[in-house]
Amino acid sequence: MGKMISFALNGNKMAVEVKDHWTLLHLLREELGLLGTKEGCGSGECGACTVIVDGMAVNSCLFPGLEIAEKDVVTIEGLTSPDGTLHPLQKSFVENGGIQCGYCTPGMIMSAKALLDESPNATEEEIKHSLAGNICRCTGYVQIIDSIKSISEGGVEEVHVVAWKNKEKDE
Amino acid sequence: MKQFAYLVPRSLDEAISFHEAHGDRAKYVAGGTDVLVKIKEGKILPDYLISLKHILGQDRPLLNQETGELYIGSFVTHRMIEKSAIVRIHYPILHDAIRNIGSVQIRNVATIGGNLVNAVPSADGAIPLITLDATANIQGPKGERSVDLARFFLGPGLCDLERSEILIEIVVPPLLLRTGSAYIKFGRREAMELPMLGVGVLLSLGESSVTCVKARICLGVAAPTPIRALEAEAFLVGKPIDGGTLEKAGKIAAKESRVRDSIRGVAWYRREMVGVLVKRMGLKCMERIKKLAQ
Repeated sequence: MGKMISFALNGNKMAVEVKDHWTLLHLLREELGLLGTKEGCGSGECGACTVIVDGMAVNSCLFPGLEIAEKDVVTIEGLTSPDGTLHPLQKSFVENGGIQCGYCTPGMIMSAKALLDESPNATEEEIKHSLAGNICRCTGYVQIIDSIKSISEGGVEEVHVVAWKNKEKDE
Repeated sequence: MKQFAYLVPRSLDEAISFHEAHGDRAKYVAGGTDVLVKIKEGKILPDYLISLKHILGQDRPLLNQETGELYIGSFVTHRMIEKSAIVRIHYPILHDAIRNIGSVQIRNVATIGGNLVNAVPSADGAIPLITLDATANIQGPKGERSVDLARFFLGPGLCDLERSEILIEIVVPPLLLRTGSAYIKFGRREAMELPMLGVGVLLSLGESSVTCVKARICLGVAAPTPIRALEAEAFLVGKPIDGGTLEKAGKIAAKESRVRDSIRGVAWYRREMVGVLVKRMGLKCMERIKKLAQ
């Protein structure tokens, strides 16, 4: 069983046939060939599969594929400019040693991006709260937090790369 | 992963009729963060998932200014509750609990209704709501009904829902003046952890801001379902609240708890900690009452 749905992937509108039981992670990796998003635990504990849907970080391994209909999905691939220029967060992870084996990195960066899009000057406390669902087994948390802090404290203006609609409002 | 058909009803009636049509082969799903894990693990094998994500009007906490009741639609995500200013200021006990459930990624999609109907003994969402005397509104093939949330949980994984029924809304009655509330999830880690113990306390004070006129103490992981420490609550009412009375109330609550040994903690330690945490949360309630008064 499958349904045609349309959604925006990294800013590009597309229509795809999605089987009812596919997760968003399956759609991205197995059907669309975007291998930047990783599968870790497959049960929402590790955050390696984090992508951004309508501005919100979600675990793509537990997100029903059909639920992205008419939504904006941003993956790690959407952060690099077409000319290869790295996103400020990616650059910061490279420069601050925020990457060791790299498996958790796409998820870390997507969680960080969702946070900074909402609060560009996030404090260390907020960064830790927002990254609680991303596990790094190389245990480079200090450098990861430093990588994000250097953006939130460094006044980098353009953290947004892909715009989306309907940013959620409180109340 | 097992294949299933994903149905997307647009109204509660449609959702219920889908469920009636497919019976035990169907499972309701909202955020999916528990249901999909169970399917992946092969613990449940539904042929149909009925998504409740596209039913309108159930997606944010709303305060009725006239009655003072707080309505939380069942399909409100944890993240919406965490970010709600009304909840943070007036129902801090709920904010305390919700902000530490799962991760941001989970809270962005997982719903409060889903948390409740899972009926796990550690349900962080249930303890603060029971402490707040919340009611659960339920809709099913036979119509609507309400049940005290305190009576909603029947056992581990078991709640008061008949076949095809949906938990649609939580209603929190108006708070008394001079009320403070607080919750602590007690575990070994700060995040991504199930609690070894969950303790919610609510205190309302009389005009003098000294004597307790209402007390609620609710314990999680202290029995097969969330429980209220009724004797400890009764002990506090009519008494001036200070460290001494709260300590005694904590000791009574500890005796009322039915904690047991598990991989997350041993019974004697849990019982001891019920006492400690009831007092600590009681003091936090007092702090919050003072802060509100300023």
